[in-house]
Amino acid sequence: MTTTPNSARAAKDVEKDASMRKQKAMMAAHYDRLTSAPETGEKVCDTFVPGNLNELIRCFDLVNNLPEVNAIQSGLRRLSGGYVMEAEKIGHSEDVCTYVKSDIGMMAKGNLAPNGKPFPVPDVLLLSYTGCFTFMKWFELLREQYKCETIMLHTPYMGDGKITPNMIEYMVKQLKDEVIPKLEKISGVKFDIDRLREYLKQSAKAEDDLVHVLQTAKNKPSPIDSYFGGIYYIGPIFGAFRGTDDAVDYYRFLREEVDQRLAEGKGPVTPDGDMGSERYRLVVEGPPNYTNFRQFWKMFYEEGAVVVASSYTKVGGVYDFGFRHDPDKPLETLAEYCLNVYTNRSLPMRIDMLLNYLDEYQADGLLINSIKSCNSFSAGQLLMMREIEKRSGKPAAFVESDLVDPRYFSAANIKNRLESYFQMIEQKRANSRAVA
Amino acid sequence: MQTFVGIDLGSTTTKAVILDENREVLGRGITNSRSNYGTAARVAGEEAKVDGRFTLFRRALTEGGTLRGHVGDFMGALERAFRLEQFLEQLDDLERTCESQFKGGKFAALESQVRDALGEVCKRLRDEAPEMYAPGANRKSDFFRDIAGSRYHVHAEDVSRDAMLPYELLLNLYDKSIIEVENRPPSAGLSDKFLRALARVLAEDPTFGAEAEDVKATIESTLDLELEECYLIGTGYGRVTLPFSHEHIRSEILCHGLGAHMMYPNTRTVLDIGGQDTKGIQVDPKGIVTNFQMNDRCAAGCGRYLGYIADEMNMGLHELGPMAMKSDRPVRINSTCTVFAGAELRDRLALGEKREDILAGLHRAIILRAISIISRSGGVTDEFTFTGGVAKNEAAVRELDKVVRENYGDVTININPDSIYTGALGASEFARRAYIGGARPEARA
Repeated sequence: MTTTPNSARAAKDVEKDASMRKQKAMMAAHYDRLTSAPETGEKVCDTFVPGNLNELIRCFDLVNNLPEVNAIQSGLRRLSGGYVMEAEKIGHSEDVCTYVKSDIGMMAKGNLAPNGKPFPVPDVLLLSYTGCFTFMKWFELLREQYKCETIMLHTPYMGDGKITPNMIEYMVKQLKDEVIPKLEKISGVKFDIDRLREYLKQSAKAEDDLVHVLQTAKNKPSPIDSYFGGIYYIGPIFGAFRGTDDAVDYYRFLREEVDQRLAEGKGPVTPDGDMGSERYRLVVEGPPNYTNFRQFWKMFYEEGAVVVASSYTKVGGVYDFGFRHDPDKPLETLAEYCLNVYTNRSLPMRIDMLLNYLDEYQADGLLINSIKSCNSFSAGQLLMMREIEKRSGKPAAFVESDLVDPRYFSAANIKNRLESYFQMIEQKRANSRAVA
Repeated sequence: MQTFVGIDLGSTTTKAVILDENREVLGRGITNSRSNYGTAARVAGEEAKVDGRFTLFRRALTEGGTLRGHVGDFMGALERAFRLEQFLEQLDDLERTCESQFKGGKFAALESQVRDALGEVCKRLRDEAPEMYAPGANRKSDFFRDIAGSRYHVHAEDVSRDAMLPYELLLNLYDKSIIEVENRPPSAGLSDKFLRALARVLAEDPTFGAEAEDVKATIESTLDLELEECYLIGTGYGRVTLPFSHEHIRSEILCHGLGAHMMYPNTRTVLDIGGQDTKGIQVDPKGIVTNFQMNDRCAAGCGRYLGYIADEMNMGLHELGPMAMKSDRPVRINSTCTVFAGAELRDRLALGEKREDILAGLHRAIILRAISIISRSGGVTDEFTFTGGVAKNEAAVRELDKVVRENYGDVTININPDSIYTGALGASEFARRAYIGGARPEARA
């Protein structure tokens, strides 16, 4: 896509934190490293965001490439619509996850990274999270395309609401018997557990800072938006940077930036600058829409609505309740991380988590953005909503869109529902004032 | 007198409700939404004011003990006479507006013939007007466009044939003028129109003659009463285009919830089927919305769906319900996609199925879709209030009743004859509350 002078101006006008600019530079460097792999000889491992094993991957000098993040990039850059249609032309049904179709369509149209250069052919596909069955099918398609080695680490679902020693043992066994030997073979690098420990130590540092940042939203006003802004904050840790010095630096920098905003009593930064006064505090469940990301966000900040906590920012892994990567139990900690992923939690666990957010973050209510093509998230959301309404007594609302298929974003409809919801909160407040 | 106005700008019609200081409905007005919501809001608002005057007349006559036992008859006669006056005034306006289109173009050569033909058409319309507003006369619609339009076409065809003029020329005149005419609010000379209508009633009906002076005095003093519009709230699809600010706007979901609560205070679940929306709303004992769901991405199963079906079957929208009621063996229509339903309909007709059975099936399909939306919002809780234009359709009501009972057992289903005004009613109450809470209207541009 050529950049028109108009869009260039629009892009320039968008307000960004220094941390956002830093992250942009990190991402650009990563894409350059990925796309120059054929020249540098670095080997590439495609893997998914939830429960990714970035520390382990790095032990084998592999560069990680995340197909969902590529689909998100395509969505934000308004390319995914064409890719999705291309995939449908090839024969993928309308109901298939649009991340998958964006990826397949992108491959069919030259497989270009955001820097305009082709993505490298991966040396290995590593599936470390199995709570989303689509991921398995996705990698089957990629294996067909790339004819490369595939490794699967089976992560048991937390159906009973807890992690048992058996689960950890089962996963560690797979790591020892299957994952590590294969990665050694593919990379030609001998596994060094002390190297893993070092990376895990770095991960925990960045994780501490991320949790601190996300929890600043407990303040009134919140200095951050934990959904729209939160997506930027989770980028490096759930992407290619966890366990790196870059991630440690980034999260330290972000923490200072957010603490500064907090000290100044400022609200979140939006694409239109500092947000006005905070009128509604929301907890949001479900992924965002990426094709109309700013338009969607604007519907919130224009009304003074801040998202103080979201489940989507836990899609890579959940740190709120104390989990940190632990260098003293290197393989066990990787297993625990994968098991803890938000969508690997049973519905009652998700309900408890969202209720906890509503309470701890003093939110006015729960909003669900239900994604047409994502079963991992969408199944059970209505039930969750009812239960949360019942137990919290706070109002909930439901909007629908899609991840990266622009055909499923109906702006007027979503705006109508959001406005109704904000007024519903207002009405409830007025009523409790009257009662008091 | 302080009044509070609610306006619901729907995709098909615009409704206005005026509430008085005692939270009672003073007047209701409805008009086509057209493409211009600003005009529609003005016209519906003026209609509600007219209706409000009738309410005030009725109250004053009842309180004053005038026309004891005949107030209802008198008000009926006065309203018919007023509507006739209004019709005649709009007809004059139509004639003038049509004449203003003559200049040049295709009319140049035929101007005097067209003028005569138009005059003749309007004369015929004027002559038959009193009959249309006679007691018991059945008017298809209350909108000038509908009433005048259908008769204009009939007369224009006859007149143009006799005058050897192209029929299209007269039709074209009408089409070019009607929007302009209906966009002019009926406010000008309102008092005069009431007084003319009053004179007509008193002259034509000797029953009221004995108390003529008292009646006249009561009407005149009521006309002098100033109605102060304290606050206005707009809602509905066109709300964002209204010429007033954010503070004067409420979501239609909240307005429908509150309006249904005002009509039936025990309401807990509301179903509203409008032109392009189906909404399932749950409200608490105070009328506060606790949850809602609405159709997403597709408006099949809404009012417009019925409009499309009516077109497919070459029928009027208001004829669908009565025909479906004749069915005792509804056909199963599986599709809730409007376009597919049209195809299925033609298919069924070709197979020889009866029209009433097909229509009954279509009404059931709409209700099944609505029930699915309600389920998502939390199901049906007693009492259940059905609102919106589709609530006027008896076949839809019959199917709803059946489906609700099948799924939720014995539930009280409320349908108000004024259910189309539910959103506007809720909006007017929001206006009243805002005013009481200290809100004041900003100066309008």
